[in-house]
Amino acid sequence: MDALILQILNGLDKGGAYALIALGLTLVFGTLGVVNFAHGAIFMVGAFCAVTLQKVLTISTKVRDESVTLFEAYKEVPILEAKFPVVGAVIVDYSVPLAIIFAIPVMLLLGLLMERGLIRHFYKRPHADQILVTFGLAIICQEIIRHYFGANPIPQSAPEIVAGSANIGAFLGLGDNVVYPWWRLIYLMFSFLVISGVFAFLQFTTFGMVVRAGMQDREMVGLLGIDIQRRFTIVFGLAAVVAGLAGVMYTPILPPDYHMGMDFLVLSFVVVVVGGMGSLGGAVLAGFLLGILQSFASMNEIKSYLPGIDQIIIYLVAVVVLLVRPRGLLGRKGVMED
Amino acid sequence: MKKSTATSDWILFIAFSAVVLSMPIWLAPFGANYPDLMQKFAIFGVFAIGFNILFGLTGYLSFGHAAFLGVGSYTAVWSFKLLTMNVLPAVVFSILVAGVFAYLIGFISLRRSGIYFSILTLAFAQMSYNLAYSVLTPITNGETGLQLSLSDARVLDSMVGISTGRSLPSTTLFGTKMSGLPGFYFCAIALIIGFFIALRITRSPFGTMLRGIKSNQTRMSYTGLNTRPYLIWAFVISGMYAGLAGSLLAVTDPLAGAERMQWTASGEVVLMTILGGAGTLIGPVLGASLIKYFENIFSAFNQGTLNQAFAALPDGIQSVVVDVVSLFVGEGWHLTLGLLFMITVIFLPGGIMEGIRRIAGLFSRRKDKPSTGAAGTVAEQS
Repeated sequence: MDALILQILNGLDKGGAYALIALGLTLVFGTLGVVNFAHGAIFMVGAFCAVTLQKVLTISTKVRDESVTLFEAYKEVPILEAKFPVVGAVIVDYSVPLAIIFAIPVMLLLGLLMERGLIRHFYKRPHADQILVTFGLAIICQEIIRHYFGANPIPQSAPEIVAGSANIGAFLGLGDNVVYPWWRLIYLMFSFLVISGVFAFLQFTTFGMVVRAGMQDREMVGLLGIDIQRRFTIVFGLAAVVAGLAGVMYTPILPPDYHMGMDFLVLSFVVVVVGGMGSLGGAVLAGFLLGILQSFASMNEIKSYLPGIDQIIIYLVAVVVLLVRPRGLLGRKGVMED
Repeated sequence: MKKSTATSDWILFIAFSAVVLSMPIWLAPFGANYPDLMQKFAIFGVFAIGFNILFGLTGYLSFGHAAFLGVGSYTAVWSFKLLTMNVLPAVVFSILVAGVFAYLIGFISLRRSGIYFSILTLAFAQMSYNLAYSVLTPITNGETGLQLSLSDARVLDSMVGISTGRSLPSTTLFGTKMSGLPGFYFCAIALIIGFFIALRITRSPFGTMLRGIKSNQTRMSYTGLNTRPYLIWAFVISGMYAGLAGSLLAVTDPLAGAERMQWTASGEVVLMTILGGAGTLIGPVLGASLIKYFENIFSAFNQGTLNQAFAALPDGIQSVVVDVVSLFVGEGWHLTLGLLFMITVIFLPGGIMEGIRRIAGLFSRRKDKPSTGAAGTVAEQS
């Protein structure tokens, strides 16, 4: 039982990341009809927003080390901490959550730029062309990041206060075996929050209503005198923000490196396809489902029966779903069924 | 009409063979006439030709072709280990095994089309890659990669009494060592044969069928034709080409690693084909050679050589120029590749071959403008 809960939790935080990226992918597909292979790169750029902020905050200066009395020793201290001892230290400690504030405008801008500069020329082109051009864009993003940040993963730390693990077992009354890192719990909460935010935005605002109407029948909405194109562009920016935030918050869990985007992209695409192209609920459902399945498959008990299953489970599920249920779990009828 | 096409095909084929075989001569001015690089040209040319039979003719974009390349390499190395260092059995086995593998994957993947087909092939390739790294380690030797060793059986070799002695044997073709120029010529012959078969396929009713699938599959089905067998055969043939390319990689350098199966490797062959011109005969070979050539040149640059190259400039400007250029060369070669690729897809979806055609069209139109003026404007509009 303990192991079961632990695996579900393990799967949920990974599933949260999958769901967030897949949500953006499917949103873009549902509105603009574009297959965006650069979405993983957006996730990666988001993660590197956190890295950048942390680097900026910890620009260091040499300060006399008081603890060494025998000779004059100097130590590196972030300028912020040297100038404002208390507040500075807190800010440096909270660099990852603070990066959210920094990342939102950056990602929005990036998304809008991408849409206006490149994607909009590809609405009418075949899906293969869209895949290819965004694939090229993803390579470019990833190489630029590698040029400036190097090829090695850059570890980021969560704030001190949540660095430890939560004793969930005691909380649920199951004994002390179920411990779980606080940050992963926070990530899970965060992804729920963002996902419900996106859904609420689409469901309860006028803007969202127009966007949903546009997804149903773009031409009709256009005929009613609404500039649906502009709204869809904003939706693209929104998707970029969601993926970017997923990246920012994921940095303490997985040290970001330049090819993390590609790794997540392939999986998220599988998630989107399993959930059903263009279906928001499907993407979220499939994201969490596949995350949990993956973590179950990596349990030793299962691995001893089916060696290697943890490596291929997601792809296997995708193959089965695609063949048995062509439009995915929650896909709308008639959308990309062939 | 038919006869003239056949003649021009023969001219194309002979010209192609001549160009490929004379590579060591005419590549000398480019500084690219060393065997290692020319082998790469030929091998990836084979790979791209095969990929083009699927993507160029049927329009099915496979993102998992590297899996067949990897399977071919593994098969070839196993043939070296178990049977003989002669390359012919290795090549034959690789093609067969890759073909069977492609049949299995194609049988399932081709149930869907469009982006779903891409995702399915991608999923299968990633599965193969992950398995090669983890569970299949006894066969693939995991991260280290499959290599020859002194204790290998080599049944056929020991039967005819070839002993390897104390050093690792090298691959041979009935006694000729397959490294350096002989290796290149072996790959070149494979490329020429591959090109010939591709040419025949393109001109055959089978090829016409495949192009019909590309332009309108629904209509093909309405005429009462079952397109699936054609697609599966196209997939298998192109998988066999990939297997051949994989075995050639092992022939020139007898080791095989899982990274050859990664999806970025699949992306590379897509790139080569698109850059050269999908659906054309020469295009894929051209794209493959160009990418491998520039990869070789660009990745050789480093900060030092750049500083030297721009030494003539004033100091301040020099450092700026070097900084900018270093983004694109050396380690950053992939950035150039991505950029090149994007530019091709955006402005020249038909690749270099379309570019050549357009330029040629520009000249021919200028020559006889009065007669084809109307046709020219139509072509511009379309």
